[in-house]
Amino acid sequence: MIEVLFYVFAAVALGGALGVVWAKSPVGSLLYMVATLASLACIFVLLEAHFLAAIQVIVYAGAIMVLFLFVIMLLNLGHDYQRDLKGGAFSLLSFVIIGLMAGVLVRQFGENAITEPTAGGRAIDAALAQHGAVGAIAQPLYTTYVVPFEITGVLLLVAIVGALVLAKKGGQ
Amino acid sequence: MIIDFSRQLHYVWALLPEIILCVSGMVILVVGVTGKYREAHLAVEGELEPGRSDDLGWLALLSLLAAAVANAWLYGVTEVGVNSMIAVDRFRLFSNWIFLLAAVLGILISFAYVYRQRLQAGEFYALILFATAGMMFMAGARDLIVVFLGLEVMSIAVYALTAFNRRDRKSAEAGLKYFLLGAFSTGFLLYGIALVYGATGSTNVAVIGEIISSGEGSRSLLSAAIALLTIGFAFKVSAIPFHMWTPDVYEGAPAPVTAWMSAAVKAAGFVAFLRVFMVGFGDHSIYALWYPILWWLAAITMVGANLIALVQTNIKRMLAYSSIAHAGYLLVAIAAANETAAAGMLFYLLVYTLMNIGAFAIVMSVSHHSEERLYIDDYVGLGWSQPLLGVLLTVFLLSLAGFPGTGGFMGKIYLLLGAAESDLWTLSVILVLTTVVSYWYYLRIAWVMWMKNPEVTGQYDRITVPLPMRFALLVSVGLILYIGILPSGALEFARASIEGLGTFGGGLLGQAP
Repeated sequence: MIEVLFYVFAAVALGGALGVVWAKSPVGSLLYMVATLASLACIFVLLEAHFLAAIQVIVYAGAIMVLFLFVIMLLNLGHDYQRDLKGGAFSLLSFVIIGLMAGVLVRQFGENAITEPTAGGRAIDAALAQHGAVGAIAQPLYTTYVVPFEITGVLLLVAIVGALVLAKKGGQ
Repeated sequence: MIIDFSRQLHYVWALLPEIILCVSGMVILVVGVTGKYREAHLAVEGELEPGRSDDLGWLALLSLLAAAVANAWLYGVTEVGVNSMIAVDRFRLFSNWIFLLAAVLGILISFAYVYRQRLQAGEFYALILFATAGMMFMAGARDLIVVFLGLEVMSIAVYALTAFNRRDRKSAEAGLKYFLLGAFSTGFLLYGIALVYGATGSTNVAVIGEIISSGEGSRSLLSAAIALLTIGFAFKVSAIPFHMWTPDVYEGAPAPVTAWMSAAVKAAGFVAFLRVFMVGFGDHSIYALWYPILWWLAAITMVGANLIALVQTNIKRMLAYSSIAHAGYLLVAIAAANETAAAGMLFYLLVYTLMNIGAFAIVMSVSHHSEERLYIDDYVGLGWSQPLLGVLLTVFLLSLAGFPGTGGFMGKIYLLLGAAESDLWTLSVILVLTTVVSYWYYLRIAWVMWMKNPEVTGQYDRITVPLPMRFALLVSVGLILYIGILPSGALEFARASIEGLGTFGGGLLGQAP
């Protein structure tokens, strides 16, 4: 049952991702993106990462997407656009390469199928059993991973400064 | 002092240089929006008195100096608990010297440009400091998450700096290209990290190395992970076929940013590449998996970049392809994966930083700190009308080409020594042959400069080299010649920095895949 559901949600996520690229209007792209993010949240639920799933829905599918939609509508970008993707040989080539890569992966994992949980899976299971869905994220975030957490703060500052520099009016 | 990583507070000491840079970056940001600096970027040409934005640059240099002192202080520190998130080893400290040197040279050469192009000085210098801190995080990271975050801090700052010149359409285009492709490649890196965690249950490079050498970890997952990590790193160091962004970005970005990032971003990418692959995936069983990939990557990069560089007419694009070629030489060191090669790589990165920033700085002053006169034909007769610049540029080009007596030559010798130790004979031959090819396009500029008679005279009279840049150029040339003639000191330093880095798998297969 879980496997079937996984494939359904994975297909929706991938289809949504293709739709983001191929949709004609920005609003359409955005709605496809909501579909992708929502099905990712469903996959998180299947993985028993309930807290992540909730965060995914509230923060990404909810807040950030709504903000995107506001911005696009306020800037009046809602009309259809000419597709600016280059067609022809390159898009064909990229699909061939994707196909080849998929083939390599299928062969690789077909030969050595992973049947039992890997070390990573076991580590996550242990953390979930010990701290619960919220604790498994919250506990290491402020103890083991406090340095990466602080670096993330610097990263956000840099991103804000960069965005402001580029968006600020000035010059000609 | 002893740093004990079981106490969280001690991370503050271990990260002192990075913290200094981040804090002073914030201070410069705040100073940059106060009072007299605020409207500088809105000024019309001629209204701006010179030197107004310079004090922000000096402030940035001062904080780099403070970070350098902190870096020197870390040499006296011993760490307890080897598998911590941040490494306090000599490898990291040596890499930090490279980043600090690159940032100092980069800021010294950007004074005049920032003034002429009326850039927002506060943000400009602060972003350089943040990016340098990000590079240091990458070099010191013993955890893949820190590698990723350091890479992002560096990259986002560099994207913004690339698009910094709002008056130049090319700059915006380059920034957008770099940002989109960079974000895409970061996705690969992150996916690779996730798969490594899936296979080994850890993101700590040292722990990953132990788990892999104990024979655990699904090899299928690890091979997919290594492929993805290689793509992520190969993009950052701009190896062919992940190099498409390089010429456009180097051409479009503000000239001092190009000079600085062509050296520093590449160095940061390579040291993180080296640590992750040699410490994490250094075991023999897994080395056999990734060694052929790196072999081909190095070979294609060396051959392709040198051939494309032959036909460039724009000097910035030529230097961009030359920097891709140098990435190819450095990839040989990673494919060789032994201590000699690793020391050679650090040595080469140091020399490369000096000569590349120097060459770009001269291109910048010839183009009047803006975006003109960028073709190789514009250099006709430069040597005789500006002898000092001519001689300096010739030295930088000879060093880039790897001429005996310069640092570039010794760097290539040590890369070859490392390759020979792992029996990578075919790759060594390719390295030597492509170096010979590269002589043509480096020496062509020198030939145009000295041997060709100019059709118009006096076109170089307006070239001015500001004092800070003159200082940076002389320091670079002095160091290149010093390292080229007396290389043992720098090499010993690089060798000592490699000790205790971790396991090395190199020298196992030897022949071409």
